[in-house]
Amino acid sequence: MQDNVIIRPYLRLSGLEPLVVRPETNFVNVGERTNVTGSKKFARLIRENKYEEALSVARQQVENGAQVLDVNMDDALLDGVKAMTTFLNLLQSEPDIARIPIMIDSSKFEIIEAGLKCVQGKCIVNSISMKEGEAKFIEQAIICQSYGASVIVMAFDEKGQADTKQRKVEICHRAYKILTEQVGYDPQDIIFDPNIFAVATGLEEHNNYGVDFIEATREIKQLMPLTKVSGGVSNLSFSFRGNDHVREAMHSVFLYYTIKAGMDMGIVNAGQLVVYDEIEPALRDLCEDVILNRNNDRNEATEKLIAFAETVKAKGKEIVKDESWRQTSVEERLKHSLVNGITDYIDADTEEARLKYPTPLEVIEGPLMAGMDVVGDLFGAGKMFLPQVVKSARVMKKSVAVLTPFIEAEKEERRQAHLAAGTINEEGAGAPKVLLATVKGDVHDIGKNIVGVVLGCNGYDIIDLGVMVPADKILDTAVKENADIIGLSGLITPSLDEMVHVAHEMKRRNMKQPLLIGGATTSRMHTAVKIAPQYDQGVLHVLDASRSVTAVSSLLSKDQKETFLEEVDKEYSDLRTQFLNKNRTRVLVPYAEAAITKEYFDWKNYRPTVPAVNGVKVLKEFDLATIAQYIDWGPFFIAWEMPGHFPEVLSDKIFGAEATRIYDDAQKLVAKIVAEKWFIADGVIGFWPASSNNADTVTLQTGKGEVKLESLRQQMKKAVGQPCFSLADFIKPKELGEDYMGAFAVTIHGAKKHVDKFAAEHDEYNKILVQVLADRFVEAFAECLHQQTRKEYWGYEKNENLTNEELIKEQYKGIRPAPGYPACPDHTEKIKLFYLLNVTENIGIELTESLAMNPPASVCGWYIAHPQSHYFGLGKIGRDQMEDYAKRKDMSVEEAEKWLRPVLE
Amino acid sequence: MADIRKELEKRILIIDGAMGTMIQRYKLAEADYRGERFKDWPCDVKGNNDLLNITQPQIITEIHKQYLNAGADIIETNTFSSTVIAMADYEMQSLAYELNVAAAKCAKEAIRRSGKTAWVAGAIGPLNKTLSLSPDVNNPGFRAVTFDEVVAAYYEQVKGLVDGGVDLLLIETIFDTLNAKAAIYAIKKYFRDTKKETLPVMISGTITDASGRTLSGQTLEAFYTSVMHAKPLSIGLNCALGAKEMRPHIEELSQLSACYVSAYPNAGLPNAMGEYDEHPEDTGHYLEEWAKEGFVNIVGGCCGTTPDHIKHIAEHVKGLVPRPLPIIEKELV
Repeated sequence: MQDNVIIRPYLRLSGLEPLVVRPETNFVNVGERTNVTGSKKFARLIRENKYEEALSVARQQVENGAQVLDVNMDDALLDGVKAMTTFLNLLQSEPDIARIPIMIDSSKFEIIEAGLKCVQGKCIVNSISMKEGEAKFIEQAIICQSYGASVIVMAFDEKGQADTKQRKVEICHRAYKILTEQVGYDPQDIIFDPNIFAVATGLEEHNNYGVDFIEATREIKQLMPLTKVSGGVSNLSFSFRGNDHVREAMHSVFLYYTIKAGMDMGIVNAGQLVVYDEIEPALRDLCEDVILNRNNDRNEATEKLIAFAETVKAKGKEIVKDESWRQTSVEERLKHSLVNGITDYIDADTEEARLKYPTPLEVIEGPLMAGMDVVGDLFGAGKMFLPQVVKSARVMKKSVAVLTPFIEAEKEERRQAHLAAGTINEEGAGAPKVLLATVKGDVHDIGKNIVGVVLGCNGYDIIDLGVMVPADKILDTAVKENADIIGLSGLITPSLDEMVHVAHEMKRRNMKQPLLIGGATTSRMHTAVKIAPQYDQGVLHVLDASRSVTAVSSLLSKDQKETFLEEVDKEYSDLRTQFLNKNRTRVLVPYAEAAITKEYFDWKNYRPTVPAVNGVKVLKEFDLATIAQYIDWGPFFIAWEMPGHFPEVLSDKIFGAEATRIYDDAQKLVAKIVAEKWFIADGVIGFWPASSNNADTVTLQTGKGEVKLESLRQQMKKAVGQPCFSLADFIKPKELGEDYMGAFAVTIHGAKKHVDKFAAEHDEYNKILVQVLADRFVEAFAECLHQQTRKEYWGYEKNENLTNEELIKEQYKGIRPAPGYPACPDHTEKIKLFYLLNVTENIGIELTESLAMNPPASVCGWYIAHPQSHYFGLGKIGRDQMEDYAKRKDMSVEEAEKWLRPVLE
Repeated sequence: MADIRKELEKRILIIDGAMGTMIQRYKLAEADYRGERFKDWPCDVKGNNDLLNITQPQIITEIHKQYLNAGADIIETNTFSSTVIAMADYEMQSLAYELNVAAAKCAKEAIRRSGKTAWVAGAIGPLNKTLSLSPDVNNPGFRAVTFDEVVAAYYEQVKGLVDGGVDLLLIETIFDTLNAKAAIYAIKKYFRDTKKETLPVMISGTITDASGRTLSGQTLEAFYTSVMHAKPLSIGLNCALGAKEMRPHIEELSQLSACYVSAYPNAGLPNAMGEYDEHPEDTGHYLEEWAKEGFVNIVGGCCGTTPDHIKHIAEHVKGLVPRPLPIIEKELV
């Protein structure tokens, strides 16, 4: 039985796919190039009836990140109705374009209506207004509503287009009342365009147009919070036609301020937007003066901007290596290549073996499997380590890739022979199949990839469905492919629930395959208590890749399976008993009591440092060489299943030699990544005045208004006098004066391209190496940025001088706890963090439905400066706190429970 | 007439099963289809099931009655193709309005004779011509019909259904959302023009295959978003899939939908002979499970289902709690 679904008042649009504009969406880019009034090229193509080419303009906009496509055919020389109809009908047959919603743009209502008649998705009409009076406005609104379109209302009435803030707001509000009260429009389907006009035209009465728009936007959003604000951004810089450099800078500066004021979407050239922080400071200042109408008496700022010009940049480089041992037999050479992970000669050696053996299959079953047996033995005996096995797998894959076409050809021959002879073809069933997937809502897959490689090396056929895979797809594929085992992976806590769901579904579908559970947040206990009871055909938690082999082979062995599962079953049932007993004895204090048992700092004598950066700062393409110096290599070796401290691990008795080798490989790759800019490190930070309420709420004063952050508090019973920790305790209570808090988000872009490239080359070793390094880089970036924050951006510890070891040991002052991790395990606070920092818009990290960050190499968190603030683990909390928390967050108890389940008693 | 909304709050309602499958059982010949009135009609009319509303109303009424006796709360008029566009296949364009009135009367008569309480849903089918797809592979921009023509066709159908006395309007088997949008447009226009009280509208789309999309390429959520301006009583899925294949889509819809959720799958997928052979007991089981999961408010059957299927479905979901309406928030959190 499910609970009431909650439908939130978001603007919902659709093409072939939906677009939901949520508060954290931040800014929707509307592609503007498919507009005959704005693009000479597009206008020419339409006039010359070159619709195919015109479609490629649309495609380019989508590829450049347009989320909605504006289409305008207002040209005196065109039959607008016909052009709109033709273009949109053609566009519907291009799924890669028709994917996104259409904005039908015309000043002639007949063209708008013609457009609405061609599109199955939910469109935006751009625009209607009261310029011809209320009656006409209402009539047109009703028609738009009959087609199910959202409308842009232009701030235009009987008296003309609104230019001042006051007129803009008045007209929009009047239109709002008519649309919601008389026509029956939902507020979230109304979008206002309060008119962006050109500034710096030389006419002084135009100088305040930028400010008027920004301020009108702010007020409209306050007055009518569910509505949206949009605008045609390029109008602003109309007087700088021909100078794209200045125009782009003006657009970025303008957007920076309008988005802060609440603008939700804009018609922009999606491929051409510079980042606010990347604009050369001189130009940026000039743009700000012009747009904000500062220092602009007698057109002073305008004159200065007009007297401005342009600039340039860029370069790269590379590395090589070599070896020789080539006198033995082809079998020996293949074995050597496999054991030592050498790919250089594998194609030629494989081909030589293929010619020598009667069939290509015998090459696999003979020398290749013999080589892999050696690898397997060495691995089993602890003489080879994961990175080497992964390299061997790469060699194996490459070799098999050479043989596959010949094997297929032979199969086909045999099939034809059977057909001709009328006999039945009984090809061997082939290797056992293991299906692997990272569950829905989660993007992390390093561990899963390693398991895939290790199992692959041990002769299993791996079906890897990748990341964010819905339960149905996993199970349908398992059935279709006749998988023998299903393995699920996940890193973030909501994935645990999804795994429970998958297990539940497996039972419902009466599946028989055993289910393996793995990934960083999973545990034997969780598997035993929550997942295993859902499914009775075998559920097994697998700690790491090396154990997956024994687990899988036991599960697939006819003799062992039953006893193996019985043992697991018994073990899990003991764990459950243990869990229940432990549960019974664990004592929580009531939340009300915990809240007073808080941590008290000496606030009276604490003088908070005012952050040097006010508001939000974006740091694009942060220097990779600087970041590399902050890498913590410990987790790097853990990822490769070589636990131990760094650098001691390099001289470890057992795997020291291999650790050293992989460390060297990693060093070389790091050098390459830095030199050739494989990664792009983008970050964003922000600081705001903050105060706590003496309980668990921290209130930030931001440019977007007041934002309340909710913390969770420890409830475990502690020794007398020991406080129950909560992050809120680290911020000064309101009545004691001002304090500050910050936030950050960092990400590594660009890794995927190289991961995909290595995957395509069957080079699993380098693929995983890049993935692991991307993680290391982003953590190092967080560390580095945190230090710069302490020393500079916030500046509360200007003279800090800590070594990297000291940083890794967290000896710095202040903390950077991350939502979803021990001190603040609720992932949903991440939504606020994203909103505050405009993370998606600024640096391109997306949140999945489970609130995982994509790209996977991303980190975000809060900055807290108090010298006594510290990291802690929340532990379990009680329902009383969960209910209070739900109330504070204005969430249903059910929803809060869903997100807090991992910490809930 | 009882308020259907009140009833939907209380229990899961049952919609009837296939009409075509039942008509086939009568093994009607060309002459039966023609009846007295159309004995000299210039082209063949066998297979024009909607024509039976006029020529064999007792058969249609009897089928409705069987579904009512099986437990149907909502019966659909036999008007899947009763539009000027679809009737062109039989050169019967001029009969479109009359067919709808007659069909509504058959359904109402069946209810009267059965002595039960039930609602008549005027069935508005998808048309044999589509607005988002070109029938000419070499000319993807071509359309066999215009939006205005489709609106006019549906407008006439709606007029006939309303004049015939239906209680609800059901836009069903939607495989091209733009056709459905034309139907919604026509319904809105009809009630604006006539100033009559608007009838509740049910919407039922069709996911055609495992891709999870409509034939015109939309994902389920995109389809949902595209038709919600109808402010429908219910939204759901029917046809193309059996219950087993439809389940994940209904689950998704139950999470999305701001209104009630309906589902009337086919009796499984067709077998090698093109026949539907899912046993009524099995269909009942599937739908019972959906009801227990809280996915649905209205359930029934599409192609291949019979009064026996409907009876089993009704028995299986009886007493189960319907999906509660979602909480519609009016403010941003």
